[in-house]
Amino acid sequence: MTSIDFTALSAKHTSDATRARLRKRYWAEVRLKAYGIIAIAFAAAALLLLGSTIVTKTLSVTHEYYLQLEPRIEASERDMERLTSDNPRLRANLRRPVSESLQAAVPGEISRRDGRALTGIVSANAGLELGDLAKADNSLVGQTVAFDALLDDNTQLYLRGAFGRPQPINSSETANVIVAEGQPVVVEVGPAALSEVFAVLRAERSFQAERAAAERDRQQNAVDVTIDQIGEASDPEQIALLERRLDAYERARDAAEARRTELRRQATVRREITFEMGEDDATLFINIGGGWLKAETVERERVTGAFLEPIPAGTYAEGSWQALMIERPEARRPISDRQVVWIENFDAQGKIVQKVNSRLLEASDSASAELAGIWGAIVGSFWTMVVTFSLAFPLGVMAAIYLEEFAPKNRVTDLIEVNINNLAAVPSIVFGLLGLAIFVAGVDITLFGTEITIGGFLPRSSPMAGGAVLALMTLPTIIIAGRASIRAVPPSIRDAALGLGASRLQTAVHHVLPLAMPGILTGSIIGMAQALGETAPLLLVGMNSFIQEPPGDPFSPGNVLPTLIYQWNSNSERLFDDKTAAAISVLLIFLVAMNALAVLLRKRFERRW
Amino acid sequence: MTEMTLPTAAAAERTERERTNASGLADLPAPRAAEEIARAEIKFRCRDVDVFYGEAQAIKQVTIDIEDKAVTSFIGPSGCGKSTFLRCLNRMNDTIPICRVGGTIELDGDDVYDRDVDPVQLRARVGMVFQKPNPFPKSIFENVSYGPKIHGLAQNKAELEGIIEESLKRAALWDEVKDRLESPGTGLSGGQQQRLCIARAIATAPEVLLMDEPCSALDPIATAQIEELIDELKQNYSVVIVTHSMQQAARVSQKTAFFHLGSMLEYDETSKIFTAPGHEKTLHYITGRFG
Amino acid sequence: MLPLTLLGIVLLSLVAFALCRGHALALAAGRQAALHSRPAYHGLYALLWVLLAGIGVFAALDIALSGLFDNLIRGRIDTRAPDLSPIQQSLVYSDAVKLITGGVVSTDDALRREIGALWASYNGWRIALVSAGGLVAAGIAFYRAWAQIALNFRARNRAERMLRGMLWTAATIAILTTLGIVLSLIGETLIFFQRIGWQVDAFLFGTTWSPLAGVSEGALDPTKVGAIPLFVGTLMITIIAMCVAVPVGLFAAIYLADFASAKTRSWAKPLLEILAGVPTVVYGYFAAITVAPALRDFGSAVGLSIASESALAAGVVMGIMIIPFISSLSDDVINSVPQSLRDGSYGLGATRAETVRKVVIPAALPGIVSACLLGTSRAIGETMIVVMAAGQGANMTFNPLDAVTTVTVQIVMLITGDTEADVAAAPAFTLGFTLFCVTLALNVVALRVVRRYREMYD
Repeated sequence: MTSIDFTALSAKHTSDATRARLRKRYWAEVRLKAYGIIAIAFAAAALLLLGSTIVTKTLSVTHEYYLQLEPRIEASERDMERLTSDNPRLRANLRRPVSESLQAAVPGEISRRDGRALTGIVSANAGLELGDLAKADNSLVGQTVAFDALLDDNTQLYLRGAFGRPQPINSSETANVIVAEGQPVVVEVGPAALSEVFAVLRAERSFQAERAAAERDRQQNAVDVTIDQIGEASDPEQIALLERRLDAYERARDAAEARRTELRRQATVRREITFEMGEDDATLFINIGGGWLKAETVERERVTGAFLEPIPAGTYAEGSWQALMIERPEARRPISDRQVVWIENFDAQGKIVQKVNSRLLEASDSASAELAGIWGAIVGSFWTMVVTFSLAFPLGVMAAIYLEEFAPKNRVTDLIEVNINNLAAVPSIVFGLLGLAIFVAGVDITLFGTEITIGGFLPRSSPMAGGAVLALMTLPTIIIAGRASIRAVPPSIRDAALGLGASRLQTAVHHVLPLAMPGILTGSIIGMAQALGETAPLLLVGMNSFIQEPPGDPFSPGNVLPTLIYQWNSNSERLFDDKTAAAISVLLIFLVAMNALAVLLRKRFERRW
Repeated sequence: MTEMTLPTAAAAERTERERTNASGLADLPAPRAAEEIARAEIKFRCRDVDVFYGEAQAIKQVTIDIEDKAVTSFIGPSGCGKSTFLRCLNRMNDTIPICRVGGTIELDGDDVYDRDVDPVQLRARVGMVFQKPNPFPKSIFENVSYGPKIHGLAQNKAELEGIIEESLKRAALWDEVKDRLESPGTGLSGGQQQRLCIARAIATAPEVLLMDEPCSALDPIATAQIEELIDELKQNYSVVIVTHSMQQAARVSQKTAFFHLGSMLEYDETSKIFTAPGHEKTLHYITGRFG
Repeated sequence: MLPLTLLGIVLLSLVAFALCRGHALALAAGRQAALHSRPAYHGLYALLWVLLAGIGVFAALDIALSGLFDNLIRGRIDTRAPDLSPIQQSLVYSDAVKLITGGVVSTDDALRREIGALWASYNGWRIALVSAGGLVAAGIAFYRAWAQIALNFRARNRAERMLRGMLWTAATIAILTTLGIVLSLIGETLIFFQRIGWQVDAFLFGTTWSPLAGVSEGALDPTKVGAIPLFVGTLMITIIAMCVAVPVGLFAAIYLADFASAKTRSWAKPLLEILAGVPTVVYGYFAAITVAPALRDFGSAVGLSIASESALAAGVVMGIMIIPFISSLSDDVINSVPQSLRDGSYGLGATRAETVRKVVIPAALPGIVSACLLGTSRAIGETMIVVMAAGQGANMTFNPLDAVTTVTVQIVMLITGDTEADVAAAPAFTLGFTLFCVTLALNVVALRVVRRYREMYD
C-alpha cells in the first residue's frame, strides 16, 4: 500500500478545482431548496385553487332571483280546505294564479306550448309559496296581490350568465324593418352593422368544418378497417354483411366531406353569402323597444327571421335598435330563445329582483335545485355528533384511564394497545361495513340449529346508526389523546394523592383526570371534527337517503352535511354544483370553529410540568 | 498574551512541583525545549473574539494564537465558553441562527469570518470530533469515505481505499475493523466509534482537528487509547481539544488555555499552567476548589 | 314504554343511592369513623348494582324475546304462505308491523292483518316482560345492597372493583371492534365464496367484474367475479396519488425541517395542516368539479383523450390529500434525527444539501418508508374521492387517462345500489374483507418499522 500524502490532499481544499467543485455542490443545495419551495408552493396552490373554487361558487348562490307578479288569488274548493286548515303541513298549490299572472305579464296571446315554457321560468314551488301567503291571511283570497315568484334553477343560472346572455354587437346604422303578410320579416341594415356577426359565424363555421373533417377521417378509418376485414373474410354471408357496412361507412364519409366543404366555403368566402342559422349556431336577435326578432338567415345587409315579440314596421335610426347575440346555440342551453326574450323583457322592466338566499340555510333537501337547502342535513349532523360524542367520549376516557392508571403490563394490555393503533388506521369504509352488519342489518348466526340475529337494533339512515359507527371510528383518537394527556400529568401528583390515603381510583378521578381533561377535550374535539367530515361509512348505513325533513330525533331517518354534499354533487342540475359549494362552505365553517376551539383550549390550559 | 513567555525555570522546578501538587498531576509532559517552541508556527490567530447568543454574551474578548503541529487544550468549568469558542474556529456556530461572532479569527492569515470564506471549505480544512461519538448509521467504510467523497479527494476507487485505510490506521482502528468495513459503524464499541469519528475527520484531510471533549462519553481504557492517538496526531495536525479533565489536558497538550465565564484568563505552556499558574482562578481550578 | 322503564331503573338507582347512604349514616350514628367506608360509597355500591342488574336483565330479556318472537312470527308466515319467496315473506312481515304502528304499506290483506295482530300481541308481551324483568332485577339488587350495609362492610373496595371492571370493559371495546369487523366481514365473505363454489382463484385472478350479472338461485357466476380490474384500478390510482404525495410531502418536510426559516415554518406548517383537515368529500368535489374537467380540457387542447372520470384526476387529488400525511410524519422523523449526526456531517465540511441527502434522509429512512406505507394504506382505503371522481365500470386498463374503478367504489356501489341487499352484500363484504386485510398488513408493517426506528434513537 502506497502511503497517502495527506498534506497534498489538504492542499486540494484550497485549490481552484475544489472551488469549482464547491460551486457545483452549492448548486445542488439550491436545487434541493428549490424542490422544497416548489413542493410547498404546489400544496399552497392546491389549497388556493380548492378554496377559490368553493368560495366563488358559494358567492354565486348567496342571492336568489324572484319575479314580481301580481296574481289574483283564486282557490278551488280543495285548495280552500287546505288554506283554512290548521295543519301546517297541508299546503295549497295555487299553480293557476301564478301562471295566469305570468301570461298577463307578457304581451300577446300565448299558445299552450309556449305557456308551459313561460311557466317553466318560475319555480314549480311558486304556487305553493303563493298558497302559503294566502294561508297566512285568508282574506287575500279573491284579491290581487303583489307576489315575488321564485325563479326556476335554470332561469337563475341564466340570469347569472351561466349560458351567456345576449351581447350587443355593432348597430351603428339605420335599420329598416319590413313586415309582409305570410312572408318572413326582413330587416335591412347598413353594410357595417353585421360585420361582427359574420366574424363570429365564420369562426363557428370553421370550427364546425374541423369537426366534420374529424368525422370524415373517422369514417374513412372505418372504411379502411372494413376493407381489410373483407379481404380476410371467407364466409360469403359475412362478406355481404361487411359490404353493406362498408357502403354505410362510405356514405357517411362522403356526407361528412360534403358538409366540411360547404362549411369551409362559408367560413372563407368573403362576399355575397347567406348564412342559414341552424340549431347549432349562435342566436342573433334584433331588439327594438321590447320587440324581438330572431334571425333565421343572415346576408350581407339583410337579416330575415321571425318575431318572438312583434316589432312595428318602419325605419329605425342608429341607437334606437340593437343587434344582440348569444354565442351558445339554443340546443346546448336549457333556456330557449323564446324564454330568453321573456326573461330579458322582465329584466328590462325591472321585475326581476334579487334576495338574500336564506332558503339555502333554512330549507331541507329537495329534488328541485332552486328549493334545496341544508337545514335538514345540519340537524342530522347535529344529532349524529350528539350520539357520537355521548358514546365515544365516556368510553374513550374510561378506556384511557384504565390503560394508563390500572392496566397491568401483560399480553392483554399489549393486545389492546396494538389494536387501538391499528384501528386508527383502518379505512373508514370498513367501519361502515361493520356498522351496516352489526348495527343496522344484523348478522345471522346459526347456533344449535336455530338461526339467530345478532345486532341489527338501530334503524337504517338514522343519526343513531351513523353516530354509533362514527363513535367506533373516533374512539381510538380519543383514547390515544386521552392516554397522552393522562401520561403528561406528573407522577408527583399521584404520589401526593396516594400518600394522603386516596385509593387509586380516587386518585385517578379526583386528581389526574381534572388535570388531564383539557388535553382529552382537545383531542376529542379534533376527533369529532374528523367525524363531522366523514362520509363513506355513513353512505353504507344509508344516511344518503333523499330526506326532505330534518330528523326530529336520533332515531328518525336523516342525512348529514357530508352525505348531502355527496348527493348534491351526483345530481345533474347545475345549480346543485353551486349549492354543493355552499354546503361545503358551511361544513368548513363548522370544522374551522371546532379546530379553533381545540386550539383555544390547548392555549388556555396548556401547562408545562 | 500574544507572545509566549518562556518558563525557563519550569524544567528545574518540575519534580518539586510534582511532589507537592494537590491535584496529583503526576504525568506532565516533558516541557518543550525552547528552540522547539520558538520554531512553532501559528495556525489560528484570534483577536478580541466575542460571541453572542441573541443578547447574551458567551465569549468575551478572547485573544489566542494556536500552534500548528501541537496539541492545545481548552480547560475551564462547565459553561465557561470553551466549547463555544472551539465551534467558532470552524464556524460550526453558523448552524445556530441566533449566534453572532465579533473580532477576528485568522487561519493561516485569512480571516475565517470573511465574506469570501466558505464555511464548507473551511470545515474541510478544520475537522471536528464531537463529545458523543456520532457515527452515521452506515457502514464503517461509508463513514470514513464520506468526507473524501463529498470533497472529491480521491481520483479513483483505489485511491479512496488508500485514504480510508491510512485514516483508519492513523486513528488506530485499522487492525480492529479491517475485516468488517461493511458492517455498520453504530455497531462498534464507544471507544471504537470515537476513533471511527476521528478517522472520518482525518480522511477529509484537514489541517486542524478540533475535538470537543472527545473522551467524556468513554470508559478509561478507551480514553487512554484516544489520548495516545491524539499524541500521535500532533505530528501531522494542529489539534485543539476541549476537555473537562485536567489530567487529560496535562497528559496530551503542549499548550493550555483556561477559560472562565466566557473569558480566557490564562494561556501558556501546559507545563507552566499546571505548575505555576499565573492566575489565582486557574490555581483554584486545577487544585479542584471549584469547577 | 321501554324508554320509560329504563328511566325508571335509573331513578331507582338514584333512590338506592340516597337510601343506602342514609342507612349507612344512621348505622354510624354520628361517628363516621366507625364505618369502614364513607356513606357515599355504600350509596354508590347500591347504585352500581341496581344499574347493572336492571339494565343487564332488561337488555338480555329484550334481545332474547325479540329473537324468539321474531322466529315465531316468521314461522307463522311460513306456514300460512309457504309459496312466498323469503323476500316476499319479509315484505309481509314489515307491512304487518306497519299496519299496527301506522305507516305506508304496500298491500293490505287478511294475512298481513293476522300477522299484524300476532305481532301486536307478542310485542305487548315483550314490553311487559322486559319492563317487569328489568325492574324486578333492579329491585332485588337494591334489596341485596341494602341488606349488606354494615359498619365493617367494605363498600368502597367493592364499588371500586366494579368501577374498575367497567373501565376494563371500556378498554376492551377496541378489541371488540376489531372482532366485530372480522366477524361481520368474514360471514358474508364465506357466503360469497360458497356462492361461487369456493373458486377463490376466480375472485383473486379473474378479469371480469360484474358480480350482479348472472345471479341465479343464490349462486353467483364465478366467471364474473374477477376482482383484478378493481385491484388494477385501485393500484393505479394509489400509485398516481403516491407519485404526487411522496415527492411533494417529502420535499416539503425536508425544506421545513432543514432549510426554512422559523417564519416560513410558521405559515407553511398550518397550511399543510389545513390540507389535512379538509374532509375527503370536499376533495371529491374538488376532483369532480375542478380538476377532472380541467384535465379533460387540457387533454383535448393537446390532442389527448382524457376521460372525465380519469384515474389521473382522482389520483392527483388523492395525492394532494395525502401530502400533509406524508409531510407531517416525515417531518417528525427528520426532526428526530439527532442533531449530533448533522453536526458530524457539517464538521466534515458537508453542505446542508449533502447533510440532508447523505446523512439525514438515510438515517430517517425507516420512518419515511413507514410514512409512505401508511399513506399507501390511506390511499387504498380512501373512498369519497374515487366515488365522486373515478369511474364505476370495471375496465381492465393500464392507461391512467381512462376511467377505472376501485375496490372502495364497488363497495359503495353495491351497498347503495338498487339491488337486493342479500345479493349485493356478499361481494361487497368480500371486497371489504380484502381491503381490511391489505390495509391491516400495511399498517402492521408500518407501525413495526416506526417502533424499531423510535427504539433506535430513544
